[in-house]
Formats: sequence, structure tokens, C-alpha cells
Amino acid sequence: MTGKFTPTRRSALRCLAYGGAGTAFALAGGILTTFDVADAESPAANHLKPLFVQISDSHIGFNKDANPDVRGTFLRAIGLINRMPAQPRFVMHTGDITHLSKPEEFDTAAEIMKSLSAAEVHTVPGEHDVIDATGQGYMERYGKPSAGRGYYSFDSGGVHFVALVNVLNFKPGGLGALGSDQLSWLKADLAGRPVSQPIVVFAHMPLWTIYAPWGWGTADADAAMSFLRRFGSVTVLNGHIHQIVQKIEGSITFHTARATAYPQPRAGMADGPGPLKVPSDQLASMLGLTRVTAVRHRHAIALDDRTLG
Amino acid sequence: MMNRILVACAFAMLALPAMGQDATVSIKNFMFEPMNVEVSAGSTVTWQNNDEEPHTVTSEEGLFRSGGIDGGAKFSFRFEKPGVYKYVCSIHPQMVGTVTVK
Repeated sequence: MTGKFTPTRRSALRCLAYGGAGTAFALAGGILTTFDVADAESPAANHLKPLFVQISDSHIGFNKDANPDVRGTFLRAIGLINRMPAQPRFVMHTGDITHLSKPEEFDTAAEIMKSLSAAEVHTVPGEHDVIDATGQGYMERYGKPSAGRGYYSFDSGGVHFVALVNVLNFKPGGLGALGSDQLSWLKADLAGRPVSQPIVVFAHMPLWTIYAPWGWGTADADAAMSFLRRFGSVTVLNGHIHQIVQKIEGSITFHTARATAYPQPRAGMADGPGPLKVPSDQLASMLGLTRVTAVRHRHAIALDDRTLG
Repeated sequence: MMNRILVACAFAMLALPAMGQDATVSIKNFMFEPMNVEVSAGSTVTWQNNDEEPHTVTSEEGLFRSGGIDGGAKFSFRFEKPGVYKYVCSIHPQMVGTVTVK
């Protein structure tokens, strides 16, 4: 996209999510409506230059039945991005890059991500990337832009992007957490920004409680939301749960991305949130990525989710 | 009759907390089973991960830290001193357990 994206306070956020079976829906101005996949794939939708693409949960190193070839499906996701008619400004990986934080897993993931055509790659860590609870291996590779803290912000295309870490402050029996240092930083980072500036927030674990018994939430997310509520357009993008779940609350839209590795059961629909085994011919339809577009003429941000097959 | 007594004894032993010998904790469906295990000083506790998901056994006080235990793998730690040791799976903090060493 050329030119500066300057949406108004009335900005609507448009979100298209479509799965392998062709189901689709749109979120516009907080109202859920069905959306025709054919429209989503029309040249009118495709000519839009994606602002960025979100990939998540590649779990390099995972080798169980739910997907014996996570390397292959990660490569397919990257191929899907590289073949997009217009390249995104950047690609954001929202964590669980690796499965066990092993150096060789980080190396393999880095090698695969090198094949991305997009000029920039950003990341936030997942709990699988900081399995030693210090995050040393992750920070050595991805901590430079944030001076080893892991959380940072940047501007691109007129949008303010905030990348948060909610996997290093786990409380026993609780959810993920941001911690007071990061919350203070976030408050200062957002202070003074015009309410008309669209904000996109990334973190690995959902920044709202989807299902507490499985730890699908962030204990102090409400504090973060209190700094974000005054903005006209806030989009919160997470991973972790390997499926799409969405919620709109005022001007804040929450959205979780599919994994590129393996699906997980819906909240509470299994004994635990372990990998979900599906017939191999259905796997690709349950993996995917999220493409995010700034729709200039509509003063909106659009998300659309693409499956690998 | 003898058999009945043996069976009764076996049940009585099952009812007692694991004590005075090495113990095994199974990790299944994102839970430690049993959640509380009691051993005598000098015993070894082994955690067997029966999930496909990796877990960790991470002491709240920092006494032991397994790192990632992949599905099918195990981790052992020998407890030398009496005390109550709480631990958590550092990647799934809803998973908690306790080792009591007498």
C-alpha cells in the first residue's frame, strides 16, 4: 500500500475468516454476519496489499501422530505467503516457533523462515519457546529489537504495532501474565497516541480468558485493555490455542490464529488441550494463517484466515 | 481365607500414601497423578509424561527443574531432605503437584 493509512474514529474493523469447507463470516462494526467465500476471494479483495500476515504455532520439533511433518506444513504456510499477489510489509510469528526450545529446533525454524519473501519477520515467544523458564534461547535469537525483554512496538503503514510477552510470568494454577514491568512499559508506549491511530497487539496466549481450566487466558490482560479502550480501532491477535476464536468488545477485536503444526480441541471438548488427531486428509484444512489488510477506502482493517488446504 | 487376608492387605497398602520408597507420578491429560506424593528422604520420584504434549516439572523454590519432558519421556529427582516441595508445569501452570518428603 502506498500513502499513509489514516482511518477515522468511526473506523470499522472487518474480519473475514474462512475454513477449508468454505464457511466464512465477517465481522464489521461488531456485528457478526455471514460472508461469501467467493467474495472474499474476488479480485476486489485480492488486490488489497496485505499489511502483514500472522503465522503461529509452528512447533518445530513436534513429531507425534497429530502431524508427523510440522516442517512440511510450516513450509506450506510460507509458500502460501510467498505466492500472495502482493507481499505483506512483514510477517508476524505469534509464538511456539519451536516445540521444546531446543537449539536445533530454533535453527530449523530460522532456516525455514529465511525462505519468506517478506522483508521483515517479527516474533513473540510462546511458552514452548521459553521452556527453560528463562527464555534465554529465544532471546539470543529474537531478543535484539527489544534489548532482551521480548516486548516491543513499532509503526508500519500508519498502524501502531505492539508485541507483548505473556509466557514468562506464569503463576502456579493460573493463566499467562504480562507482569507489572511490561504493563508500565505498555502504558507509556500508548500514552499520547491519537485515538484515531489503529493499534494491533500481538501476544502468544489469548489476551482474554477463553477457558481458564486449560490456561487459555492472561491473568492481567484487563490492565492492558484499560490502556487500549480509548482507541477507535484495536485488533488483538494471539495464537496458542491452534484454532480461530473471536470476540469483539467495544472497539477491541480479539482473534486467535490457526497453527501451522496441528489442531487442538475446542475449549473443554476433550480431557485436555493436547494435539487433536484428525484424518490426514483433513489436517491441512485445520491449519492456516491470518492475512491482515488495511482497507484504505473503507477506513478499516480486514483479517482473513487461510487454510493450508 | 488366606487369599482374602492377602487381598485385604493389598488394598490396605494401596490406600496408604506411597511412602518410604521410590515413587512414580504419571502425567496424563495435563494433570499430575497423583497430585500429592509422599516419600521418605533419599527416595527418587520419577515423572512419566504419558501425554503427547511436552510438560515440565519445575520446583517453585527452584530445587529441581526438568526442562521440557517430551511425550513418552521421563524425569527423575532424588529428594534428600524432608520438606514439602510444590511444583508446577512451567508451560501449563494450571498443572500443579506436591512432593512431601518425610
